[in-house]
Amino acid sequence: MSDARLSVLKTYKLYVGGKFPRSESGRVYEVTDSKQSWLANAPLSSRKDARDAVVAARKAFGGWSGATAYNRGQILYRVAEMLEGRRDQYVREVAAAEGLSKSKAAEQVDAAIDRWVWYAGWTDKIAQVVGGGNPVAGPFFNLSSPEPTGVVAVLAPQESSFLGLVSVVAPVIATGNTAVVIASEKAPLPALSLGEVLATSDLPGGVVNILSGRTAEIAAPLAAHQDVNAIDLAGADEALAKELEIAAADNLKRVLRPQPVDDWAAAPGTDRMTAFLETKTVWHPTGSLGASGSAY
Amino acid sequence: MPTTAPHALSDVTASDSTLRRFLHGLPGVDAVGLEARAASLGTRSIKTTAKAYAIDLAISMVDLTTLEGADTPGKVRALGAKAVRPDPTDRSTPSTAAVCVYPDMVATAKEAVAGSTVKVASVATAFPAGRAPIAVKLADVREAVAAGADEIDMVIDRGAFLAGNYSKVYDEITAVKEACGTDARLKVIFETGELSTYDNIRRASWLGMLAGADFIKTSTGKVAVNATPANTLLMLEAVRDFRAQTGIQVGVKPAGGIRTSKDAIKFLVLVNETAGEDWLDNHWFRFGASSLLNDLLLQRQKLATGRYSGPDYVTVD
Repeated sequence: MSDARLSVLKTYKLYVGGKFPRSESGRVYEVTDSKQSWLANAPLSSRKDARDAVVAARKAFGGWSGATAYNRGQILYRVAEMLEGRRDQYVREVAAAEGLSKSKAAEQVDAAIDRWVWYAGWTDKIAQVVGGGNPVAGPFFNLSSPEPTGVVAVLAPQESSFLGLVSVVAPVIATGNTAVVIASEKAPLPALSLGEVLATSDLPGGVVNILSGRTAEIAAPLAAHQDVNAIDLAGADEALAKELEIAAADNLKRVLRPQPVDDWAAAPGTDRMTAFLETKTVWHPTGSLGASGSAY
Repeated sequence: MPTTAPHALSDVTASDSTLRRFLHGLPGVDAVGLEARAASLGTRSIKTTAKAYAIDLAISMVDLTTLEGADTPGKVRALGAKAVRPDPTDRSTPSTAAVCVYPDMVATAKEAVAGSTVKVASVATAFPAGRAPIAVKLADVREAVAAGADEIDMVIDRGAFLAGNYSKVYDEITAVKEACGTDARLKVIFETGELSTYDNIRRASWLGMLAGADFIKTSTGKVAVNATPANTLLMLEAVRDFRAQTGIQVGVKPAGGIRTSKDAIKFLVLVNETAGEDWLDNHWFRFGASSLLNDLLLQRQKLATGRYSGPDYVTVD
């Protein structure tokens, strides 16, 4: 191969409903690295892309939430395997996006893949931790089990383009929700590449939908959307978060307010999973308690 | 052959051979041109006030349909209530044109829409196959009319049509028309998905109109290919040309497969650009649909509130 080989530039595209469309608006914007030199053009999504993504996420919800927790865990683990196979690419993208050295970027990517595996393990364990059997004062027994909230809009963190992204997306889908993700505005490339991994990991189309563009522009219609059940505001600044929370109040969306995160690599706990779970309780009649103290 | 229709084309129905000569003398359809024309008209951008107008017009043109073996009186009543007031949260929403049910549900439907402008349409003539003796088909129609149906949707005998037995189809339509009496309007369903070619659709359109159809309708909604922009465009051209020659205006009803507001608006563009404004009225153009209405309502709510709405805010049906 000669040295004069032309470079093959990648066209970054959205990931919606298992497909890779361009923005409906036809717009793109320039993505630069930390030194302001051009990296690629990313789609500049419009509110109609957001609407299409919600339709795709809603369509995928029945199948994904209805899949067995074990099956979801298998699929999420498969995602981690695919990420591992593309490790070098993500290291390159994260280094360019966040201005990190190669070794620092590799740390971030490794942590992100490990995080994905960690959440994959949680799919069939979260019910035992947050659900339960509740003895109640009466001839009943009460069982509570966690159920996914529905379609969750996720504003990915602005600074941590990959580890931060994985840390907010994986907990949402691990429990059976489907997600519409707005990638970091300045550094969307790792997120758009994540779509390529998800598309080849047995994850049903529409479970995760990834949009790039101006966060405020895409988030506004999502926050007001009547068919979105929850919104994670991790990537919103204070003013935007307030505005979105007001818009989200209209259909009583669950809102996860942005919390300051110093180090995305720190152990996350289960809070991000439980934030998008509903508790379903079922009351079983047990009959009157006999002399033995129990009817069952 | 039955008595002649009182218009310029009355002599073509004089005998089997004149009818055949006329139908086969119709110009052939340029399939590529037809599809390209339909596709290009589908690219019009209809926004803001025009969109609001189009959505309300489309709602007023819907024949809200339930044609399932599992239809119950309760389901038909629910459908009737929805036809009268499609969006109970917004009283400015127009009623649909009609509800469309099986003949045995006509009385129930009639009761459900009583006192409103919503009409009751009934499919008849052994819908959807149409494979029954003529006496049974006519009895089917008479029962529906007697029960109060304002409109009858009949299916043609596709077997006879494809075998080239045009006069049999013609006679059947005229007999059904007679059974409808003066009160019920007759819609003739061609089942375009079974007619194989655009030429056949054009011939069927003219045959139906010559036989006295008040409406020509694409399909039953029960086969793989239902209403498409191209076959509807072809039928719109036929009703336009028929009125130019005879002075008689005939309505068009695409049915089946129209599910989104975007699709419905594309059809309205076809109507306006082909047949003309005279057809932009629910007396002359209808959509045979069930799920379309919900999408129209969601779009209407979006225009009214600025927020995207969701399926939780319309009825499940």
